[in-house]
Amino acid sequence: MNKITQFSQGLFQGNKLVIGIPYGWFILLVAIPLMIVMKISLSEMESTSISSMISWTNGLPTLKLNFANYQFIFSDSLYVKTFYSSLKYALITTLICLAIGYPFVYFMARAPKHIQPTLLMLIMLPFWTSFLLRIYAWKTLLVSNGVINNVLLSLHVIKEPLAMMNNSFSLTIGMVYSYLPFMILPLYANLSKLDLRYLEAAADLGTSPFKAFWLITVPLSKAGIIAGSMLVFIPAVGEYVIPELLGGPDTLMIGRVLWDEFFSNNDWPMAAAVAVVMIALILVPMAILNRAEASLEEGKS
Amino acid sequence: MSQASNKVFANGWMFAVYLFLYLPIVTLVVFSFNDSKLVTVWSHASTRWYSALMQDGDLISAVSLSLKIAFLSALMSVFFGTFTAFALHRYSRFRGRTILHSMATTPLVMPDVIVGLSLLLMLVSLQQWLGYPERGLFTILLGHALLGTAYAAVVVTSRLKEMDGRLDEAAMDLGAKPLQVFQLVTLPLLAPALVSAFLLTFTLSFDDVVLSSFLSGPGFNTMPMVIFSRARLGLNPTINAVATVTITIVSIAVIASSFYTSHVERKRKREMALAYSDGNK
Repeated sequence: MNKITQFSQGLFQGNKLVIGIPYGWFILLVAIPLMIVMKISLSEMESTSISSMISWTNGLPTLKLNFANYQFIFSDSLYVKTFYSSLKYALITTLICLAIGYPFVYFMARAPKHIQPTLLMLIMLPFWTSFLLRIYAWKTLLVSNGVINNVLLSLHVIKEPLAMMNNSFSLTIGMVYSYLPFMILPLYANLSKLDLRYLEAAADLGTSPFKAFWLITVPLSKAGIIAGSMLVFIPAVGEYVIPELLGGPDTLMIGRVLWDEFFSNNDWPMAAAVAVVMIALILVPMAILNRAEASLEEGKS
Repeated sequence: MSQASNKVFANGWMFAVYLFLYLPIVTLVVFSFNDSKLVTVWSHASTRWYSALMQDGDLISAVSLSLKIAFLSALMSVFFGTFTAFALHRYSRFRGRTILHSMATTPLVMPDVIVGLSLLLMLVSLQQWLGYPERGLFTILLGHALLGTAYAAVVVTSRLKEMDGRLDEAAMDLGAKPLQVFQLVTLPLLAPALVSAFLLTFTLSFDDVVLSSFLSGPGFNTMPMVIFSRARLGLNPTINAVATVTITIVSIAVIASSFYTSHVERKRKREMALAYSDGNK
């Protein structure tokens, strides 16, 4: 055993407390709540309370599992459509963020070394100012009598205001806008460490810059691309605030359905079942993210 | 493409991205000084929405609730986040490390609605069982502290990775007790990370609307909840004024803290260079 571990074990009277405190905290606030969601998704709403899963008949407990919520979700075309549409918007958002973010990071990593921290801080700064207010700002820009339409009308570029609000356009803009920094940061962490000598070697051996980009830069930044994409895709699937403020009646998003089941219909078991299906959908992307992050770590050390 | 046109394209692309990121913020600020009730049509400059803000009782009490929650949850986040970072970094091979790591990343990536719903259902079950806690400040605080812990753990972990473990060893070799080492060596080296973790989690809490909506009880409206309910109804010039005030404060805090961090970093490097040069004499 090396000295550092010995020292750490001495700290706070042994490692039990250092490990135990965060363990207890996350078990109480992450693991148990998720189990309760599973449990409640298998019960049903009885007028004002949630039915109990275990009922007592003749002094013997019987377990009653109710799959009705799940049956409903998978047989109701609106739910199926909404899940499909959430995945679609999340995928579109991810691809656009990658298309904007990758060239951006590529150029940023080649900017003079001393201005790179400032460039990075300028990406982070909007992230520090309220997300809600920035989404609201897009509303003032995009509505039919909004800033963009007013400017275009006064410049006689358009005759009629463009319909940019409460449709898939405004939703996509809002999502790309909010999640772009989540794509840029892991990509930068990855690309800023790329050894430029590989590209020089390729050029010396007669490879064209375009070919070198696809054969060297892209494969070496694979972990960053995957981590960034998953960091955008996973929260985007369940996004609620952006579709509520910028989306329209046609832009179905599952986060909004969950919210309505909970707050408007007061159907907690149904909301829990929607949440469980959502978790099932993002489990695979989460596993991919974990692997990408692990390989980013290895690249660093 | 020639070298020069490459450069123009690169700069143009980066400029366009920054324009995309800052255009909405600039618009918000500019139109907060607009006299018209129509948020998007410029009439002439005035500060009437700022005076309206001063008399907005709902908003003012919401701001004070949000500040209280943000401060307390940031403290809790830094506390639990530091423990999480130590557990994950210093004990790289204890059993169940993967479980702790995945539990700590869950709040970062999981959609807010799921985190909010699951926490609420847990708290309701707890309340049915123990009669405590009532929904209100405490439950919102717990939700924000959970989210903040996950972020704080990332910030502190990345600092721990950069830190030189040999300094701790050296202090121990010189006879410092573990708690002394922590106080005199580890903590000062960690301080910039703790400050940025505090600021980050404070902002996250001050900004959150989804978790608060799930976890709040009657009479407990945070500032984002009030803004959200107004923004849902339509455009409202007071929101622009709130935005401008928030943006100003946050920008000052972020820039000041980044100056502080780089100052501390430079000072430390200078001291280390000095120490090494002394040693070589």
